[in-house]
Amino acid sequence: MAAMNMVQALNSAMDVMLGRDPDVLIFGEDVGYFGGVFRVTDGLQKKYGRERVFDTPITEGGIVALAVGMGAYGLRPIVEIQFADYIYPAMDQLISEAARLRYRSGAEWFAPMTVRAPCGGGIFGGQTHSQSPEALFTHVSGLKTVIPSNPYDAKGLLISAIEDDDPVVFLEPKRLYNGPFGGRPDQPAKSWAGHPDAEVPLEHYRVPLGKANIVRAGQAATVLAYGTMVHVALAAVAECGIDAEVIDLRTLSPVDVETIAASVDKTGRCVIVHEATRFSGYGGELCALVQEHCFYRLEAPIERVAGWDTPYPHAFEWQYFPGPDRVVQALRRVVEA
Amino acid sequence: MDRDQVLQLHIPEPKHRPGELADFSHLRLPLAGEIRRPPIAASAYEIRDLAYELIRVLDDEDRAVGPWAQPLEPAFLLRGLRAMMLTRAYDERMFRAQRQGKTSFYMKCTGEEAVAVAQACAFECGDMFFPTYRQQGLLIARDWPILDMMCQVYSNSADRLKGRQMPVFYSSREAGFFSISGNLGTQFSQAVGWAMASAYRHDRHIASAWIGDGATAEPDFHYALTLAAVYHAPVVLNVVNNQWAISCYQGMAGGDESTFASRGIGYGVPALRVDGNDFLAVYAATRWAAERARSNLGPTLIEHFTYRAAAHSTSDDPGRYRPQDESAKWPLGDPIERLKRHLVAIGAWSDAQHAALVAELDETVRETGRRAEALGTLNAGPLPDPASMFEDVYKEMQPHLKRQRREAGLEPGGTPRPAEGA
Repeated sequence: MAAMNMVQALNSAMDVMLGRDPDVLIFGEDVGYFGGVFRVTDGLQKKYGRERVFDTPITEGGIVALAVGMGAYGLRPIVEIQFADYIYPAMDQLISEAARLRYRSGAEWFAPMTVRAPCGGGIFGGQTHSQSPEALFTHVSGLKTVIPSNPYDAKGLLISAIEDDDPVVFLEPKRLYNGPFGGRPDQPAKSWAGHPDAEVPLEHYRVPLGKANIVRAGQAATVLAYGTMVHVALAAVAECGIDAEVIDLRTLSPVDVETIAASVDKTGRCVIVHEATRFSGYGGELCALVQEHCFYRLEAPIERVAGWDTPYPHAFEWQYFPGPDRVVQALRRVVEA
Repeated sequence: MDRDQVLQLHIPEPKHRPGELADFSHLRLPLAGEIRRPPIAASAYEIRDLAYELIRVLDDEDRAVGPWAQPLEPAFLLRGLRAMMLTRAYDERMFRAQRQGKTSFYMKCTGEEAVAVAQACAFECGDMFFPTYRQQGLLIARDWPILDMMCQVYSNSADRLKGRQMPVFYSSREAGFFSISGNLGTQFSQAVGWAMASAYRHDRHIASAWIGDGATAEPDFHYALTLAAVYHAPVVLNVVNNQWAISCYQGMAGGDESTFASRGIGYGVPALRVDGNDFLAVYAATRWAAERARSNLGPTLIEHFTYRAAAHSTSDDPGRYRPQDESAKWPLGDPIERLKRHLVAIGAWSDAQHAALVAELDETVRETGRRAEALGTLNAGPLPDPASMFEDVYKEMQPHLKRQRREAGLEPGGTPRPAEGA
């Protein structure tokens, strides 16, 4: 065990996998000698050599294409897209190729790749360094989509993603790299030091894909969240005193319907929180799932708290960001309905 | 500069359209044997002239001439001839099958057989192919059973791809033939990844990829050339310039501005431009490139200058956009006819033997066709089990797919249930 922030935990996951499996390679923009713009691959090239951890030119589509070809050969590549906002040139390779290869080839080939990308706002990144594009991937059959919310999960989920024989989009909330964030930028930034989920085993372990985590048990309402919004939801619950159950989905596809449905069946009230834009967002799918499974147990309309349906504005980041005040308002509406 | 000059927008247009006579007299065609054969260690810069020339081996007297002519056993050439002829016979049969309603779609490679077949002959067993949709000759030259290919075209009960792919989107891991994508160009950059993986593992196998003239405008063409150059990937990258991308002539992808081979020079990728209807030239250029790749000298770009003699697909009518006589006027002839004449000229083949082989292959295809149809056709079945459409989306079937399979009434022993969510 060691105290780790999320960057260190992700680095540890890749370190462990590079050590265990010679088929694991890492490549992407600035990930080699420099160790990545967020330092997530720091030291790995030095430890494992240039052939296993190397830089690429600025070519997101090319990076994912290489991973498809390497996967077809029998390797297990991990690629980094420097910001999730930069992933769009790779969509053809992700959707038409990586996600569909197993199906279209009658399982002759598959794409056992992990595509890591920092996502989300809170660092004044403007519209091209702040997006949360998870719903674009959850809509694609054949892809798995994962978003961790703490160092322990980050390492265990990343190991599961790397070992998985299906392509996994692994989104890392960059605002959480160095500490939990409850959505109040005016308060001093916290580090992961002392946080129970920052105690991370040094060795190999898995957090299974498709299993949600109840991070706070409660009776009055269910909050469905993932990534940064888990911490915002916890902060909101602490501030308003409503005894809500907070579920960290951890994996968006496959999604843990059983845990969600059991909770909403118990509480009868549901608030869905994500940082991504609202219209056609992942919350819409969650909303549909909840009403399909729990309609007769619902006591109030389901609430969605999400980013506004605008591009992420640089100067108005905190008016855009769905902070704890908005979550509290939604919780009050569902419990008072 | 004329101050009154206004800007003019240029929209490329082929020289001739339907109702006009085709004319290829503007093409500069070097003589067979005229173009030098450089050492394989040459840089892209040192051999930049070859990107604008046309390597040809078979001359007008059907002799193999010049530095690219290699001593090849007649038996080897006859195998190549047979594979090209079988490819053509197969194409004719499957084209008719589509017209008879036995399947939804088909694409012939008529006139382009030498590109795939000669190249397959030039690579080694274990080398990996990343083809596009008109390289069925790769499979046939590797002796992949046409019965299996027919079953794919019919999406029938024996289709290994379980009825999931459109006709001709073959896949064969055993034959080293990567699953074909309808999103054009994607395989070009993937081949570079495969080649890099082979180099990473210190393997001896190399990769090759094919792309059409039209799809060179896709980003993957640029990714592939950049990445292959940067990592010295052991890969042979082929542009099949068959003059037409459905209805758009090659100038619409920039072919009027410079040759497709010349694209390689800027990336530092040595490039050859080859008469794609000359089996011996295609073979020799491919061997040169493969040897480079296998010697850790990195990638090569080859433009195969050929002509799409047939329609783009069964859904296309080239009479709507190109002169009727264009195919007949193609100045580089027909690849099968040219190799046949060469074999006759060297005394290894005769017209009578050729006619007998045509008849034999037609019968082979007809007989195999009957067996394939007995295994099912798209219109009449039997098809694969529809329940299999929920398989292989993921390695393990996800719970929501199991529920949907049940909802569709396709679970073994199950009954349809009302709609239910994930």
